[in-house]
Amino acid sequence: MKPIVRFDKVTKSFGDTVILRDFDFELTPGERVVLMGPSGSGKSTVLRILMTLEDIQDGVVYIDDEPLWHEGVGNNLKPASDKHLRKMRGNVGMVFQHFNLFPNMTVLRNIIEAPMKVLKLSRKEAEARADELLARVGMSDKREAYPNSLSGGQKQRVAIARAMAMRPKLLLFDEPTSALDPEMVGDVLQVIKDLAAEHDLTMLIVTHEMGFARDVADRVCFFCDGQILEQGAPSKIFTDPAEDRTRQFLRMVLHEEPASEAS
Amino acid sequence: MLFGMSWDLTNDWTFAWSIIPMLLIGMKITIIATIFGFLIAMTLGLVFALARSAPTRFISWPVGFVIEFVRDTPLLIQLFFIFYVLPSSTGITLPALEAGILALGVQYSAYCSEVYRAGLQAVPNGQWEAARALNLSTWQTYRDIVIPQAIPRIIPALGNYLVSIIKDTPILSAITVMEVLHVANIIGDRTYRYMVPITMVGILFLILTLISAGFVKFIEKRLPRAGIAVK
Ligand SMILES: Nc1ncnc2c1ncn2[C@@H]1O[C@H](COP(=O)(O)OP(=O)(O)OP(=O)(O)O)[C@@H](O)[C@H]1O
Ligand SMILES: [Mg+2]
Repeated sequence: MKPIVRFDKVTKSFGDTVILRDFDFELTPGERVVLMGPSGSGKSTVLRILMTLEDIQDGVVYIDDEPLWHEGVGNNLKPASDKHLRKMRGNVGMVFQHFNLFPNMTVLRNIIEAPMKVLKLSRKEAEARADELLARVGMSDKREAYPNSLSGGQKQRVAIARAMAMRPKLLLFDEPTSALDPEMVGDVLQVIKDLAAEHDLTMLIVTHEMGFARDVADRVCFFCDGQILEQGAPSKIFTDPAEDRTRQFLRMVLHEEPASEAS
Repeated sequence: MLFGMSWDLTNDWTFAWSIIPMLLIGMKITIIATIFGFLIAMTLGLVFALARSAPTRFISWPVGFVIEFVRDTPLLIQLFFIFYVLPSSTGITLPALEAGILALGVQYSAYCSEVYRAGLQAVPNGQWEAARALNLSTWQTYRDIVIPQAIPRIIPALGNYLVSIIKDTPILSAITVMEVLHVANIIGDRTYRYMVPITMVGILFLILTLISAGFVKFIEKRLPRAGIAVK
């Protein structure tokens, strides 16, 4: 199958610091991939490049065979225009670690804002879409509430509904549960699992929740210093990793999990 | 005699009483200058603030220069520029009050633009990123997300400038505007009694600034902390 996402020798740097060098990576449509790895290794950067929140310095990123950060074909690529970026961005959605809900809008308004303004849905259509999603994430009763009155877990469920309302092909999750109190984590992971079961959405998830990864991921990538050191089915990576660094990291995550989730 | 009215010099109290109508005429000019000057300042200030953070330097740098220039020069210079220099160099002639309002508006728009800029920058970057991820345009993001959240932070600072614009209106007398202090001065010149009219003007200013400050507090109280709700 043709990949939905392809990084082709991508280089990303901040000033003199190179984060990704000649990075290659692919996702096939419908695949659920979990990215794990030490802090600062560049996991968020990979997601942010796909969401067009960070540009790239070299190489090409393709979404559905179309360059994301470039326009044109073959060797005649030039930097993408705003128009091109807007078109490409329509394929992708993102769920952030800190939710980033709009505090000046009700839950409902958070969800219908972009479908109305960007997809030009009527208010009725947008609300129908929002209500269906709110029901699915178990937040129907908070339709008219403002984000500040919600718990972290509730906020994140609304944020997931908001991203889904744009019907992306590719949904990115950047540590969706690491800012949550431990007792909220389960609900949010369950919502993501349900979405994964019902949709043929492609998902790229940065998380250190191993149980969740085992349930949901087709593939786990262990990310280290801007490279994928090792990847494979969760059962393989979690039980019998080939690399020492992977083993070390997994041991650390297992031991720290309760503590780091609470922080 | 002033504005066709005369004063009663029997004693200080009758004098004070008799000049109230004249001072109120001046007060009306002061209030008009304040309100319209402030409206211009708030509007032009927002334009300046957005232009200054425009992505192209061809816009942001010249605008930044204009703002700095206006901020760092006395109001009197803006006033003389608009009232005396503009007519001779461009042929645009403004009546004194209009020129004064424009000068106040331009001067305070430079201050307001800084208030807006600080308020807009205080909105977390995550809001921009979420809006970008939802494919909202820059303009839509400003209008529905960033500006509504910036307003509660902006209002108190704007309120301070409202009070200070009131206190700057007497400068307009330099280009013959009959604002309230100018009126009091003329009464003093003609009666050789300054104490009563000047004191009364002080009290009038005090009342005006207290009312304005109360008005700003009233608005502040009604603003939800999260920002203006978008329905
Ligand atoms: N805007 C920026 N300017 C400079 N350096 C940055 C910027 N954003 C990220 N970095 C650096 O890039 C590197 C990779 O960051 P990234 O956020 O992708 O890591 P991560 O794997 O997501 O880490 P974490 O697990 O802590 O979230 C880090 O060293 C970080 O300091
Ligand atoms: Mg990260």
